[in-house]
Amino acid sequence: MTKPFATVVDIAADIASGKTSAVEVLEQHLARITERESDIHAFNLVTTEQARATAQQVDADIKAGKPVGPLAGVPVALKDNMCTRGIETTCSSKILEGWKPPYDATVVTRLQQAGAVMVGKTNLDEFAMGSSTENSAFGPTKNPLDTSRVPGGSSGGSAAAVAAGFAAASLGSDTGGSIRQPASLCGLVGVKPTYGLVSRQGIVAFASSLDQVGPFTHTVADAALMMEVIGGHDPLDSTSLSQPMPSLTSVLGQGVKGMRIGRLADMPDGCEPEVLARMDAAYAALQAAGATIVDISLPSLSYCLTAYYLVAPAEASSNLARYDGVRYGLRVETGDLHSMYGATRAAGFGAEVKRRIMLGTYALSAGYFDAYYGKALKVRRLIANDFAAAYEKCDVILTPTSPTVAFPLGDKTSDPLTMYLCDIFTIPTNLAGHAAMSVPFGTGAYNMPVGVQVLAPALGEQTLFRVAAELERAS
Amino acid sequence: MSNASSAPQHSSDLPNGWEMVVGLEVHVELDTKTKLFSASPNHFGDEPNTNIDPVTLGLPGALPVLNKHAVELAIRLGLALNCTVQPSTFHRKNYFYQDMPKAYQISQYDQPINIDGYMMLPGDVRIGIERAHLEEDTGKSTHIGGTSGRIHGSDYSLVDFNRAGVPLVEIVSRPDIRNSDQARQYVAELRSILLAVGASDAKMEEGSMRCDVNVSVRKPGAPFGTRCEIKNVNSIRAVGKAIDYEARRQIDVLESGGTIRQETRHWDDGEGRTHTLRTKEDADDYRYFLEPDLVLLDPDQEWIESIRASLPMLPAARRAQLAALTGANKESESVYVIVERGQDDYVSAVAQAGGDAARALVYVQQAFAEEGATPKVAASDIATLTQMERDAKVTATQAKTILSEMVANGGGDPVAIAAAKGFEALDTSAVEAMVDAAIAQQADAWAKYCAGEEKAMGALVGAIMKASQGKADGKVVTAILQARRAK
Repeated sequence: MTKPFATVVDIAADIASGKTSAVEVLEQHLARITERESDIHAFNLVTTEQARATAQQVDADIKAGKPVGPLAGVPVALKDNMCTRGIETTCSSKILEGWKPPYDATVVTRLQQAGAVMVGKTNLDEFAMGSSTENSAFGPTKNPLDTSRVPGGSSGGSAAAVAAGFAAASLGSDTGGSIRQPASLCGLVGVKPTYGLVSRQGIVAFASSLDQVGPFTHTVADAALMMEVIGGHDPLDSTSLSQPMPSLTSVLGQGVKGMRIGRLADMPDGCEPEVLARMDAAYAALQAAGATIVDISLPSLSYCLTAYYLVAPAEASSNLARYDGVRYGLRVETGDLHSMYGATRAAGFGAEVKRRIMLGTYALSAGYFDAYYGKALKVRRLIANDFAAAYEKCDVILTPTSPTVAFPLGDKTSDPLTMYLCDIFTIPTNLAGHAAMSVPFGTGAYNMPVGVQVLAPALGEQTLFRVAAELERAS
Repeated sequence: MSNASSAPQHSSDLPNGWEMVVGLEVHVELDTKTKLFSASPNHFGDEPNTNIDPVTLGLPGALPVLNKHAVELAIRLGLALNCTVQPSTFHRKNYFYQDMPKAYQISQYDQPINIDGYMMLPGDVRIGIERAHLEEDTGKSTHIGGTSGRIHGSDYSLVDFNRAGVPLVEIVSRPDIRNSDQARQYVAELRSILLAVGASDAKMEEGSMRCDVNVSVRKPGAPFGTRCEIKNVNSIRAVGKAIDYEARRQIDVLESGGTIRQETRHWDDGEGRTHTLRTKEDADDYRYFLEPDLVLLDPDQEWIESIRASLPMLPAARRAQLAALTGANKESESVYVIVERGQDDYVSAVAQAGGDAARALVYVQQAFAEEGATPKVAASDIATLTQMERDAKVTATQAKTILSEMVANGGGDPVAIAAAKGFEALDTSAVEAMVDAAIAQQADAWAKYCAGEEKAMGALVGAIMKASQGKADGKVVTAILQARRAK
């Protein structure tokens, strides 16, 4: 499949070699933003002036012969739940509208140090809660491949920005599939790294034990490069792993010969036939490349969605309690403290956020904890056990990323449960803390892209990227 | 402080055979440079909202990173309280309040760092320590306007987040305390231990040590009664008063046919009474769950043992050592006071220099209250003075005068001072003559004294001391007078 836009790897090489300049590359991307952003609404904020200043600095450094980073001059977009110093960070919520963090998230600092040029902050489902980016307080994002359809979510803006050529790569966050599902729906590569591999410092928390930052790119090689820049230990995040970041760019050509690829023997219902057909093609391609296909089962898979909708809202109910109108963000003045809390939060949060705060508060309440939150934690252990058993038989597991291709705007907004089912294949990875990525593998219904999800155990990124690279070659 | 830490003073017993059951929850701020989860300074008394950062303010995206020094101090305290140090976890305690920046407090819950310790009180009373766990402090609210200084009815509130995130250890006793004296002794002893191990400056007046008191009453042997928790008990004196008040209040309720509601009560030190703050029904549901931003705290055994090895001798052991050296009771006030002042090493230095340890204990207690752990007067000079008194070269009164002068001048040779003042103890025959003269002069007093009026002795002794210009030994005079009367 030919890629419509220049890749991160090519842009970085061309700027470093002087074939083009950072300013020139930036202006190409800004021109596309000018042309299509009003239709797509990928961004909450385009940081044109800062981007131009950074690009000029990169060009000046290159001209002066100074060493530059691996992403020097590469335009990137950031999901608007990543703190950027002095630049509005809203989580697409009215409650944080106008809030400017006094610090950068670790991943933002690492991108800056690598020379990346930030073009803007992208739209998301409010506080990353959703699968279509329709839950944004600032309006939905459209899928650049078909603007009548959703880009997926919650990192829909980051996916759309790359798919539309507004940025060469972007960062999203994935709590239950929020990178992989929009990557699949927009025809991109999207990575959910092993929990703890990428720092969460400065990422506005949704569900702390599940959240993980990762890239959207056009190619697997781009994703590998982005991962090497943002990954690795961060002393400011206590859950950050101490292991050094494994090299990913170096393993992409190693192929899959002798690898064992797990196939779900008991595929859940609800997948579009075209999606299943692409899965068959993916298995065949890997087999042709020398891998063997092994049937595995994940008996607890059917409980994962329920467990996720207890664990994630429970943590969210606590993480979002700080938006109380006392110190920052929206405050609705009333006569006294408690009614101020109520009025502020009633006005500041959207319906889905409120729904999850209620769910989570209930799940943690005295008398209900054991039946709900406690049981959900047991499911987390069960799915981890299932994966452990499966990984004795195989090296990676392949599933669809999403049961369907991108669906029309408004299709699922009236029924939250249908929306929740979008993440049936992506959620187990987050519950287990494992690594996974979505790789575009042809098209399905309506000629929309289909993504294949590759799952690997914790810190299995090298294997993950080898398989992803093989799928990319075969697609 | 010294009063509370001295030997038991018996408070009046509860009426009708009631017994109180008391447990204490003491919060202490650890003496770290920075906060429990961030690099902001942990410092009392600075301009409001200057010791803050994104973590302290609970800004979106800010993450806690555990302060290793705070963990070390918590372990020091745990070991000093004979606790087991175990792998531990942190939970979130969720509730809304304006001085709670994240709307949850990070606190240890079902797996605290220190468990199952104890503390010994005078009379071999053993008070169990259930746990001593780490948690973060909240900010501080000041309510402006209104009458009560509380949020209800105030015009507005100011919040200072300097204290938010300051490391605390909460020490929870078992309900082993049976009277207010023990409660005060417990708090005083805990304070001494905190100071000894360097875990906290333990200043109740600055709030770096705060007590919540759980009180219930029962008839001995009966199951525990319903307890009330009393907050705002801000001094050791108040601990005793609040407990005694609360126990009597509960007894009054029960004896008039009422029942005790489980509730949190507020101690009003001015009024000397407690009143309801909130009942169990309107208590928050804290929705505790494991803090996902932190990992298991599992200090390795080697580190724990190196902390144990670095602990100083604790107050109880120092009191026992001082008591053995001086022959005093280890629960006597002088022993408590000297150890609390840290002057036990000094007393021991006096003894090392050949001094009389028992007399040194008395001298140091009486004359060195304003001195620190290392008084300016040379221990060898105090040693000489104790010898002079023991050998009757000076009287006790003269020794006291010499001692005062040594303290006032920051030292001095007691022999020279005695010579300069013309001090010498009179021999017994000279004193006998003076006693004869006094009895003749104060016949009235002598008659009263002989009739059993002990107070009358004062006039006689006074006359003798005056005649001797203070050179007569008071003890000798008293002994002679008693002997004469007995004849």
